[in-house]
Amino acid sequence: MTSQTINRPIAETDTAYPSRGRLGLRGEALFSKALTTLILAAGSVLILIPLAYMISLSLRDKTQIRQGSLDIIPMMHVEVEVNGKDEPLYNVTVEGQAQQMALLKKAPGGKGIFVDPANPEQTVELILADQSPVQAVEIHPENYPEALTAVPFDRYFFNTITVTFVGMAGMLFSCSLVAYGFSRFRAPGMNILFLLLLSTIMLPRQVTLIPIYILFQNLGWVNTLLPLIVPQFFANAYDVFLLRQFFMTIPLELDDAAKLDGASPLQILWYIIIPMARPALVTVAIFHFLYAWNDFYEPLIFLHSRENWTMAVGLQTFNALYSVNTHLIMAASVVMIVPPIILFFLSQRIFMQGVVITRMAEK
Amino acid sequence: MLNIRDWSLAKREAAAGYFFILPWIIGFTLLTLGPMLASLYFSFTDYNIVEAPRWIGLNNYTRLFNDELFWQSLAVTLRFAVLALPSGLVLGFVLALLLNQDVPGVKIWRTIFFLPSVLSGVAVTLLWLMLFNPELGVVNKLLEQIGIKGPGWLQDPDWAVPSLAIMALWGVGQNMIVYLAGLQGVPADLYDAAKVDGANRTQQFRYVTIPMMTPVLFYNLVLGLIGTFSYFTQVYVATGGSGGPARSTLFYNLYLYQNAFRYNDMGYASAMAWVLFVIVLTLTLLVFRSSSLWVYYEGELRGRR
Repeated sequence: MTSQTINRPIAETDTAYPSRGRLGLRGEALFSKALTTLILAAGSVLILIPLAYMISLSLRDKTQIRQGSLDIIPMMHVEVEVNGKDEPLYNVTVEGQAQQMALLKKAPGGKGIFVDPANPEQTVELILADQSPVQAVEIHPENYPEALTAVPFDRYFFNTITVTFVGMAGMLFSCSLVAYGFSRFRAPGMNILFLLLLSTIMLPRQVTLIPIYILFQNLGWVNTLLPLIVPQFFANAYDVFLLRQFFMTIPLELDDAAKLDGASPLQILWYIIIPMARPALVTVAIFHFLYAWNDFYEPLIFLHSRENWTMAVGLQTFNALYSVNTHLIMAASVVMIVPPIILFFLSQRIFMQGVVITRMAEK
Repeated sequence: MLNIRDWSLAKREAAAGYFFILPWIIGFTLLTLGPMLASLYFSFTDYNIVEAPRWIGLNNYTRLFNDELFWQSLAVTLRFAVLALPSGLVLGFVLALLLNQDVPGVKIWRTIFFLPSVLSGVAVTLLWLMLFNPELGVVNKLLEQIGIKGPGWLQDPDWAVPSLAIMALWGVGQNMIVYLAGLQGVPADLYDAAKVDGANRTQQFRYVTIPMMTPVLFYNLVLGLIGTFSYFTQVYVATGGSGGPARSTLFYNLYLYQNAFRYNDMGYASAMAWVLFVIVLTLTLLVFRSSSLWVYYEGELRGRR
């Protein structure tokens, strides 16, 4: 939408720094760049660390989760058998000599009672904070197949794919037609209808949800995928707006030339508009993918039995049922976020422009 | 007889236009307008889906105003709004200002900050549930290392809503992108004119950037407020749909959901939906009444049409 201005950097918008007088203009610019980069790097770490822990937790086993190591790389606190029980092993220093001993139990005053595994009778009391646990890297990739087979994720995956792609086809079909209608044809009331379309963006879906639920129940569609798919065939304000804005940039001369050759409006849409609007169609398709893939509210309401669930609902229920299996829940969560991440990185530029256009639609 | 060939060109153009927007007209009638009117009607009835709706006049509305949980849900929603919106607004704006500068790797930074907005709400909430776990979670372990005993986060009624607000701040990148577009839409001549008048960078920021951005900021604040009334996925996943502990996270939309789909109290839930509609409508009108503030965008849109 603001394509003529979007790439123009405005370097002067930041606040002045007090050091301005002493540093020259170049010095000031360099200082401000360095500071900006530093803040951005720190912020990025805050964004990425939780995701790193998500992967880390998904590769641990129950014991590792219980030990709760802060290392991103999954570490295992090594344990040894002492008198038939597994006790954690520590690198300790006794009378200046380094050796490995097992921690039997904690004692008051921040101390711990240690024992030499080879000689279980002899215990030593040492200050716990001075000793370091013996750790080893231990990774459990088998969490993934285990998580994905603990509940019928293949079924959820199939349902999600169905809802996402059949819905996407419906959305692309209906929104192209409607956007074409709004961008190319003069008719009484067209502008008012367009404003009406835009105003539906503001309408919270709860206001219409209950009657729609009752409608679908009367049609026998509740607990099928139809309530999530069929409405996509009736266009939506966001995508129509985005496509219409794009269609309007396609020169009318092309339509006129085709009309002279005897093309019907439908042929003009199919042979001229659609091929030229591919970037816009890709944008709305990506948005739709992310929306449908991540949507939780409507699948929760419309899908009651397990075999019809989508990934989002299945994952939530998985958590409710297996809440002690943190590692498996995280593995399933990683699987859920991987497709959007891949798509996002492949299509970033289109994507960010699309976000801007869509948000403008709300104005 | 309907013979299209006899129609005037204008008439044919209009007919084609209506034909193409037909999918939306049907959808609007069946899935928006009709349901809106139906839910207005249901809001005056006692309706449990199984039996036919029974007209009870304003009873649902009087019941709402005497329902402690209704007020609780409004309070929870507003508390979240107060915690999450201003901080998200400031943080998003500062990020946009930083990312609007010519620093190395600016595209990578933008990508990273935007990343959380594309991720599944369910998966992200499950992750934060683990991070916020009072005993085993990373957050409290890190706090412990600097000598602070962390709270119970989502398990503590006082901390549950702030925890959700922190989660929301993590996804602040979505606002950032909008502010960034706004910043890049500020005409360069304004800065040039300010410089000619001898304004320094602080003054340019204060007298050009801020005034030009207030419409966008204000608009996002109102949209965010409307958004909190639809806040659902995160709190449903975090509390298993209960709104606990001690109903401290009973958001408006969650309570509406419970009434409709747990207690099958469709009439009552419809009344809640309409109260929500009136709130949103009021907020939206507020935006439109102040629309003279963002003349720049309006002018640009008109120019493109």
